[in-house]
Amino acid sequence: MILLLVLGSIAAVALRAEVWSGLKPSDWAALRFTLVQAVLSAIISVGLAIPVARALARRQFVGRGALITLLGAPFILPVIVAVFGLLAVFGRSGIASQVLGWMGLPPLSIFGLHGVVLAHVFFNLPLAVRLILQGWMAVLAERFRLAASLDFTSRDVARHIEWPVLREVVPGALMAVFLICTTSFAVALTLGGGPRATTIELAIYQAFRFDFDLSRAALLALLQVAVSGTAALIALRVSRPADQGGGLDRVARRWDAAGPVARLQDTLFLVLVALFLLLPLLTIVLRGLPGLLSLPAPVFAAAGRSILVALASTALTLALALPLAAMTHGLRGRGGEVVEGLGYLTIAASPLVIGAGLFIVIFPFANPVALALPVTALVNAAIALPFALRVLAPALAGVEGGFGRLADSLRLTGFARLRLLWLPRLRRPLGFAAGLAAALSMGDLGVVALFADPEGATLPLTLYRLMAAYRTGDAAAAALLLLMLSLAVFWVFDRGGQTDADA
Amino acid sequence: MRTLFLAAGLLAATPAFAQDKPTLTVLTYDSFVSDWGPGPVVEAAFEEVCNCDLKFVGSGDGAALLARIRLEGARSEADVVLGLDTNLTAAAAGTGLFAPHGVTPEGLSLPIAWDDPLFLPFDWGYFAFVHDTGKLANPPADFRALGASDVSVIIQDPRSSTPGLGLLMWVKAAYGDEAGSVWADLSDNIVTVTKGWSEAYGLFLEGEADMVLSYTTSPAYHRIAEEDDSKAAAEFAEGHYLQIEVAGKLASGDQPELADAFLAFMLSEGFQGAIPTTNWMYPAVTPAGGLPEGFGSPRDGTSLLVAPGDAPAVRDAALDEWLNALGQ
Repeated sequence: MILLLVLGSIAAVALRAEVWSGLKPSDWAALRFTLVQAVLSAIISVGLAIPVARALARRQFVGRGALITLLGAPFILPVIVAVFGLLAVFGRSGIASQVLGWMGLPPLSIFGLHGVVLAHVFFNLPLAVRLILQGWMAVLAERFRLAASLDFTSRDVARHIEWPVLREVVPGALMAVFLICTTSFAVALTLGGGPRATTIELAIYQAFRFDFDLSRAALLALLQVAVSGTAALIALRVSRPADQGGGLDRVARRWDAAGPVARLQDTLFLVLVALFLLLPLLTIVLRGLPGLLSLPAPVFAAAGRSILVALASTALTLALALPLAAMTHGLRGRGGEVVEGLGYLTIAASPLVIGAGLFIVIFPFANPVALALPVTALVNAAIALPFALRVLAPALAGVEGGFGRLADSLRLTGFARLRLLWLPRLRRPLGFAAGLAAALSMGDLGVVALFADPEGATLPLTLYRLMAAYRTGDAAAAALLLLMLSLAVFWVFDRGGQTDADA
Repeated sequence: MRTLFLAAGLLAATPAFAQDKPTLTVLTYDSFVSDWGPGPVVEAAFEEVCNCDLKFVGSGDGAALLARIRLEGARSEADVVLGLDTNLTAAAAGTGLFAPHGVTPEGLSLPIAWDDPLFLPFDWGYFAFVHDTGKLANPPADFRALGASDVSVIIQDPRSSTPGLGLLMWVKAAYGDEAGSVWADLSDNIVTVTKGWSEAYGLFLEGEADMVLSYTTSPAYHRIAEEDDSKAAAEFAEGHYLQIEVAGKLASGDQPELADAFLAFMLSEGFQGAIPTTNWMYPAVTPAGGLPEGFGSPRDGTSLLVAPGDAPAVRDAALDEWLNALGQ
């Protein structure tokens, strides 16, 4: 009922608004394509992520930690690098096509809606796995002990323990992937195979730089935010916080998952996903390795700048996300949802429009070029905020649910509560959020492309410049450097938060 | 404390030092200012003769430059804008932000006459389909032949890329009202459409298509920098579309004399000599020593160009045809 009310009222307002007449038929086609590919990408990414996260949550094996870290890699890669990695596997001359060729079959064609979805799953499956895994790892070991002592079967565990967890994290994961895919442009266009694959972001691009029609660009950006806002509201409505209770932080043992069928199923999923995600990464590594040591000096200088920007934007992200997470928890119900929803909207905003908007705002007061790096750090932090929030908000709610009353009775407030309750209990999600923010900032081309002076390039921008100068070998090596640095910052933060025995 | 004073002293000293020399700000596209573009060479050469500080500011590509100038308007800090092309000059002139350069350029090596009062050319090239001679020995000889063949091509989106727009104008200039049917023929040859040149060229090098939309000068890069002879640009019988890149002086700039000096310098050896092997285009004035070895001389077949004044209208009509033909 409430869902219908919310959606219905938005639809009613939308239909009455006169501005809609300003959109061309091609804009509606762009909206349709944007929605179709984003919904498909979200459902497939999250659908595959659930069994993978489950397998990771209940199995211990050598290299598990490394696999989890590597799984973060596709998400933080610059789009163009990831696309080339995918093509090396699924392209006309890729590994998969060659294997098919030995069997006498024609090569694969990656271009089309399936290619777009494939690439988006490649990017977002790991994120979905991590988000769901995060929820799973928050399940207290005591619950599995209790389940085992009650002779729960795998199915009982699924119903009484896992389902509530999924109910809490899956809508958020779906929404996160959906939002990322709604602003996709280069991937959608390149792999979509032609102008049929026009997304709203490309339409914004056209309005801005082809027609210089700022009002239409703004209108389209608004449309994009409206789509994302709707998705965020639905996800937050459907999501139900799972009440965990308190525990002693033991290592979770899973008595229910010892059977051979469960074992085989988990192994299969892990191997397939590892192949799907790691093969393209491996091709990026192999291609970049020969040129890595002979990279020109400006590339390393750019790498240094990128690291500084990443650290600054990580600090900003956490400084914004923790209070916002606390607010969403404090304002239970409608208010909290609105705050959380607003936090998500930054991902839905068009990077081009954010950049142009900032430019218009800053320009009368200061030289935007001088502020290029601080502005990049700020925008990167804004883009990482929804992910940090997605990670922190449920975790904080869990902590408050378990320990809030105790803390209240001890009159732990303000800084003391932060230091004694939140920071120790939120180590893992904080580390993960910081790692995501840092890595996202490393890999993002961001608004720096709009402002940069010759001496202010970040590593992703330098990578594009190498490509534009025909230097594909150096570009491949720079891509590898970027991959390594992004993974390194991610790993440092993520590990920092995972010192528990079960990590 | 001492370091603090030192730092304060340095900070105070910097602006005083900078005021000794006037600063000329040139707004250009991003690949021009990159460490591998013409920017660093040009900057060093001009600063040797101008007694000034030349500052390049990079921003996207040609079309993004125009959008940026429109955003900044008369408050722009730039004195010179470098990197628009003839598809954009009419719109740029329409902003009223540019001042006449007052130069009658001599010795231009462009294939057409040049008399634009606001913009001066600094380099030029032809759009062309590049292929690997080892894999495609007999490339199609024109658009119709390409459309009838099963040769695969990768092109760029005209809405987000300069070469992409160039191809749109190329087909329109060559075929006029039949452009739509040419695009319909080509639609099954086009493997995909990319956001920019880098993506398309990269995909081609990865072997995703037989040909890619680029420039007649692209094979020169592979010959000169990689000693690789295998890339060639296919000659099309309809003629090839010209891209002429230009620079202009902003009326609002606070260094008009320096801007004039820069535009004059732009057509001299110090600037033009850097163009072939950094921007990989033909220089607007051929340097005294000729083009670098391996660069080859420009093709001498027909040149196509939509008159700059007609470009905006032709462009909009051609885009609609393109979108319809490729199945919007």
